[in-house]
Amino acid sequence: MASISTTPREQSVWQRITASLRKIAPIYIVLILLLIGIGTQNPTFLEPAGFLNLLRRAAPLMVLTAGQLFVIVTGGFDLSVGSIMSLTVIGAALLINNDPVNTWWVILVLLGIGVVVGLLNGFIVSYLNVPSLIATLGMLLTLRGAGLYWTGGAPRGYLTDNFRMFGRGWIEPFPFIERFPYAVLVLIIVSGVVIFLFTQTNLGRQLLAIGDNPRAARLAGIPVEKMRIVAFVLSAVTAVIAGILQGGFGGVNPEAGDGYELQAISAAVLGGAVLGGGRGSMPAAIAGALALEALFTLLNLLGLPKPLRDAVQGLIIIGAVAYGAYRSRRIR
Amino acid sequence: MANVAEPILEVRDITKQFPGVLALNNVSARFLPGEVHAVVGENGAGKSTLMKILAGAYIPDQGEIIFQGQSRTFHHPREAQEAGISIIYQEFNLLPERTVAQNIFLGREPTRNGLIDRRQLRRKTLDVLKQVGAEGMISPDIEVKSLSIAEQQLVEIAKALSFDSKVLIMDEPTAALATHEVEILTRLMQKLIAQGMAIIFISHRFTEVFDLANTITILKDGQLVATAPISEVTPSKVITLMVGRELDQYFPGLAKPEEIGEVMLRISHGNNAKLHDINLELRAGEIVGVAGLQGSGRTELAQAMFGMAPFTSGVLSIKGKDIRVKSPNIAINARMGFVTEDRKAEGIFPNQPLNDNILVSLRALQSTLRRIKRNGTADRPQLVPELVEQVDVRTPSITQEVQYLSGGNQQKVVLAKWLASTCDIFLFDEPTRGIDVDAKASIHEMIRELAQAGAAVLMISSELPEIIGMSDRIVVMWDGRISGELPSGSGEKEIMFLATGHRDEEGEPAAAAKSAETAV
Repeated sequence: MASISTTPREQSVWQRITASLRKIAPIYIVLILLLIGIGTQNPTFLEPAGFLNLLRRAAPLMVLTAGQLFVIVTGGFDLSVGSIMSLTVIGAALLINNDPVNTWWVILVLLGIGVVVGLLNGFIVSYLNVPSLIATLGMLLTLRGAGLYWTGGAPRGYLTDNFRMFGRGWIEPFPFIERFPYAVLVLIIVSGVVIFLFTQTNLGRQLLAIGDNPRAARLAGIPVEKMRIVAFVLSAVTAVIAGILQGGFGGVNPEAGDGYELQAISAAVLGGAVLGGGRGSMPAAIAGALALEALFTLLNLLGLPKPLRDAVQGLIIIGAVAYGAYRSRRIR
Repeated sequence: MANVAEPILEVRDITKQFPGVLALNNVSARFLPGEVHAVVGENGAGKSTLMKILAGAYIPDQGEIIFQGQSRTFHHPREAQEAGISIIYQEFNLLPERTVAQNIFLGREPTRNGLIDRRQLRRKTLDVLKQVGAEGMISPDIEVKSLSIAEQQLVEIAKALSFDSKVLIMDEPTAALATHEVEILTRLMQKLIAQGMAIIFISHRFTEVFDLANTITILKDGQLVATAPISEVTPSKVITLMVGRELDQYFPGLAKPEEIGEVMLRISHGNNAKLHDINLELRAGEIVGVAGLQGSGRTELAQAMFGMAPFTSGVLSIKGKDIRVKSPNIAINARMGFVTEDRKAEGIFPNQPLNDNILVSLRALQSTLRRIKRNGTADRPQLVPELVEQVDVRTPSITQEVQYLSGGNQQKVVLAKWLASTCDIFLFDEPTRGIDVDAKASIHEMIRELAQAGAAVLMISSELPEIIGMSDRIVVMWDGRISGELPSGSGEKEIMFLATGHRDEEGEPAAAAKSAETAV
């Protein structure tokens, strides 16, 4: 009755190499090509300090993309994350009120706001049956309006140095490379946690199952509504973390996170996630975010203006989705 | 006008092949004007295929359709409709957000100067509504979604009349109607045939067949069994003709009495919107087959037990404990497993690998943050390979995405999923539908092995040989109720009696079946 073929068919060495190459997500190859491209324009980027700087700049998007992937694999979108980032920056500036002592409880409050927003998003999608695109678009506008109302329309307050440390600070001295950015440390910790959750626990498998076939997921006993809420909470919490990093890096700006939601979705798609759910890889999505940031850097080095970068981003989303569709069609 | 000898519509030697099924094999029939012609047969006998061919929805592979004396080929339902053959499906073809008038004249609205002539549209609609006797009941301007099922049916008939139809085909027209609505429909049908129309209708309800029809045609397995004036047959005879085939398939043996154990699941007086007063027991070691025609509530019964559309009243107890199964999660916690009819939509996760498909329910019972084992659990790390071998899934690897497996192998994966979560009450809905013969036999064997290992099994099937070959006890459903229970070894005829809701004067279906046998 044994039916799993244990002996692989005869393969030449070359076939085996191409087969294992095909298993590597294309995003890693794209990423390496982009880094090589950057290196040819400005080799300092590939030295440890330059590379860490690139990572530091990419950290908010990478963290944000990790959270977004939880929602995308269930078949949803979270468009509210950019507004959460902005709100985080605004809120931090107002609540800390220039007193470094306040920083720590403010960070906890901000994370709490993230949890609440995520719960709301999830509740609206799961129990009010509002499509996630609409629900989180509504949340985007609501939070943007709330943030602007809070500040009275102009940036107010300051971010203390101990708050900004996460985004722009360096650990000094640091063995071998003199100094190491806090943002990259945060990135490593967050990446470690989300990769663990996504690949090593029931959570990740259940979210994938929900995105793949929600009806079958319910029939298999997965509490679909609750798991969707969990995904939105994770997304919102990473948005707060991304906001803290971005605020540290760029200072008080009520539009700090605007547009990040689309970048995060693009990055996840670049990393092979399928919009509509059921397919996605956490490491590849995070690599997708780095690749997107690397692309912006490269375009910048090549002297392309910002509007053109936006246009390129749009083309990339279309291209990546079309490529994904082409690949799945070819397999079938 | 009754009994005009010339048929208005005739089919000769119609054959229609679908992948893997010969749906119709050399079927011929004549439909006369001024006559109600009933077409009966088991699930899968070919009734719907025949109707769809008449209505132009399918083109036959072989054979001829003769309409009004001319050989015709309809390439599109619209062609048939314009020629004068209308069909009313069980699921109506009406646009709920449009008005009655817009629906009836959809695509052929009367126009004036290129714009819709609303006044004329309204007048023409009132005309046809009058013909169906609904002019005071249904306004042309009301949206269809606000009408009752019976009223929507009248709109469908009015629409057919607006095409000046000579032939009206109705698929289970009374299935969703209340008794007094059936009477209205009956009177309308009589009025229409008096005007010379030919009405063809499919029905599972013998009372109505015998009340309404002038002629009856019986199909079995895609073949014509008989056509006869209704006065020359009895319900018993019709059922005898509908069923009866050789049990040529191999089935594993039935349970011995000593193998049947305690009651695992008991439902008393279970009700919901689709089910009425369900009383049922499932015992360890026993396979209970659930027979019934389409729409009898078979699937709804399993869905109610599994918490998808729960019972709203009554008591369900599992191993002696009363439980309110409000969601599949609760059912699975009580160690129930449901192998659904629609594997693709409800059973598998096509883009996920085999191992995750098999472990999904088991993991759903664990805490969300529990670390996964790739191929099993902490206690049984090799669970997936073991199950793959046990149910004999043919796959190149256990990380293969399930979408690339064959239907039979996908079904085995679904079964392995429930085996992994250590179920001991199994619900199967059409476990072998769309599966090739070899895989069928091995799935039958597996179901029997489950029972032998002490599980309670409920198996729904529309294939009577499967029901008879597998069941230790047979429950027959009709109209959302359990119309009767039969012991193992009962015949197709006894099952069909209960499944069609037919009872003779003594109300004793088994006796009626016997008398039918002598009558043939």
